[in-house]
Amino acid sequence: MDKFTTLTGVAAPLPMVNVDTDMIIPKQFLKTIKRTGLGVNLFDEMRFDDDGNEKPDFVLNQPAYRDARILVAGDNFGCGSSREHAPWALLDFGIRCVIAPSFADIFYNNCFKNGILPITLPQEDVDKLMDDAERGANAVLTVNLEDQTISGPDGGKIAFDVDPFKKECLLNGLDDIGLTLKNETAIGRFEESYSAQRPWA
Amino acid sequence: MTDHKTLYDKIWDAHLVHQEPDGTGLLYIDRHLVHEVTSPQAFEGLRMAGRGVRHPEKTIAVPDHNVPTDPTRIEGIRDEQSRIQVEALRQNARDFGIEMYDVDDVRQGIVHIVGPEQGWTQPGFTIVCGDSHTATHGAFGALAHGIGTSEVEHVLATQTLIQSKSKNMKVEVRGALPPGVTAKDITLTVIGKTGTAGGNGHVIEYMGDAIRNLSMEGRMTVCNMAIEGGARAGLIAPDEKTFAYVKGRAHAPKGGQWELAVEYWKTLHSDPGAHWDKEIIIDAAEIAPVVTWGTSPEDVLPITGVVPKPEDFAGGKVAAAKRSLEYMGLTPGTRLQDVAIDTVFIGSCTNGRIEDLREVARIMEGHKVKDGLRAMIVPGSGLVRAQAEEEGIAQKLIEAGFEWRMAGCSMCLGMNPDQLAPGERCASTSNRNFEGRQGRGGRTHLLSPAMAAAAAITGRLTDVREFG
Ligand code: SF4
Repeated sequence: MDKFTTLTGVAAPLPMVNVDTDMIIPKQFLKTIKRTGLGVNLFDEMRFDDDGNEKPDFVLNQPAYRDARILVAGDNFGCGSSREHAPWALLDFGIRCVIAPSFADIFYNNCFKNGILPITLPQEDVDKLMDDAERGANAVLTVNLEDQTISGPDGGKIAFDVDPFKKECLLNGLDDIGLTLKNETAIGRFEESYSAQRPWA
Repeated sequence: MTDHKTLYDKIWDAHLVHQEPDGTGLLYIDRHLVHEVTSPQAFEGLRMAGRGVRHPEKTIAVPDHNVPTDPTRIEGIRDEQSRIQVEALRQNARDFGIEMYDVDDVRQGIVHIVGPEQGWTQPGFTIVCGDSHTATHGAFGALAHGIGTSEVEHVLATQTLIQSKSKNMKVEVRGALPPGVTAKDITLTVIGKTGTAGGNGHVIEYMGDAIRNLSMEGRMTVCNMAIEGGARAGLIAPDEKTFAYVKGRAHAPKGGQWELAVEYWKTLHSDPGAHWDKEIIIDAAEIAPVVTWGTSPEDVLPITGVVPKPEDFAGGKVAAAKRSLEYMGLTPGTRLQDVAIDTVFIGSCTNGRIEDLREVARIMEGHKVKDGLRAMIVPGSGLVRAQAEEEGIAQKLIEAGFEWRMAGCSMCLGMNPDQLAPGERCASTSNRNFEGRQGRGGRTHLLSPAMAAAAAITGRLTDVREFG
């Protein structure tokens, strides 16, 4: 998992509530054998028409937001199924931070597992950032995880909360596997005594 | 805390690498099984992170869910998505040095049948697989359960799993089984009694004479469906039968290690006085040959029963029963034995073993599959298939009118070409009767292999006791 320290990038506004996992990545793309490559189908139904042409109105199709790294969205982002394909699709598109007044629980946790920082903020802060995000190519935000701040284009700062343990994991790029590997000597020691006792195993 | 431990406690303790202050354990995993559907992203994750497989020799790979069961599959799988998944498994096994039993290998089959067959499954082991029916392996006194794709990756990379401990539940089946009653009837009856959530948060240990007297195949059938009862895993303490089954298999302990292993395996039982969080006691004499009428495995009734009314139930189950009956196309009050079927499916990781096929052959002796019925037998592995052919069972079953297929999950789930058509009614030896499980709109009645054979003869749900 890639580390998350500071992120500076274009923020795309998605002023919708209840963006569900089926909107983020529709069912028909789940038969894949990869977790990469899902970015082209991110928000598929909102992004493309039935013939596969881009819908010019959709935010991520607009020139200023094609390289967005941050999403600013409405309440209850990521509701629906537990599929890890939703964070996989965001990440593959290049989005590493989502800011919203609230998130669905499983999605929220799945983000951390995949190196994405979800930030929960009071509605008025989200409204302010949504305004910033509406500024097209000038909608550049800087998210500093160490300091737990978001800086807007005008230089103003907004502080956010994050669970200290999850913060630590993101800062160091530690996923569950990374964490377990911190215990690698313990695993090695266990294996030694275990194979002495149970050589057939 | 007492020092009287359950079998689950003993296996847990023996595999605990590390424990967090909140009780979360890092558990060492002895054996890992992978199949084509839930593993591709796990291997991809390893590649992306530049990680390897810690112990490739502790994992085996078998394609089963997607593979067609007609012999032409050797020439290539026609469905593109399925073909790609199987090819990915092949590539991953090759790249990471994992042993694979491919579609053209006689050892290929359903992962939960292959494990025990190859001696991969042994008492006291921790065994995981990205598949919920991993519980099957508990029949050997191994702690075995299903895991998700991220966890598959975790096990590949670290040979461990982050786990919190479950509670202990005991299911004791006392006395002798009446004639016509089999392991499948035991496990369905338990689920009927406890409900599909009855085992939530628990590991079940099955005990009692009726369990002890089952063959290893029967014990696997019982543990296989622990998951349908909501349990994380099912366990049966190992005994001489277990040791005899494991002995001599490809991956079984060899030479002096065999004695060492058996010595240890003999300590694997729950101590008298161990604490149980939940206990269920069932009198074997009260178990009948059963069949499911609805779309949940807990919708179980003796074959002599009638289709229930939704009002017979309480709470949310009233609406669920109504919906089930509608989906199943059944009218309350109908005798279960009057329900005509279109199809018989014998196979799956619940009932695709040699003993199951012998039982079917025994019931079919002197009988034929009813005209117009679609009846298929899908051995759980290439080796089961070969053995049945060697014993002459296959020939008899083919003459009786069954289709004789290649090994795989087949009609247990609608992921390969063997599927029910909408409205098609099936007497099935598999484990799930959910809406659409065997194909969109398909209607599933779960039952034992013997009961499935009886249904094949008459073309309706039938009391196997009519056929001895
Ligand atoms: S036979 Fe059915 S239950 Fe068993 S592994 Fe295959 S699909 Fe799953």
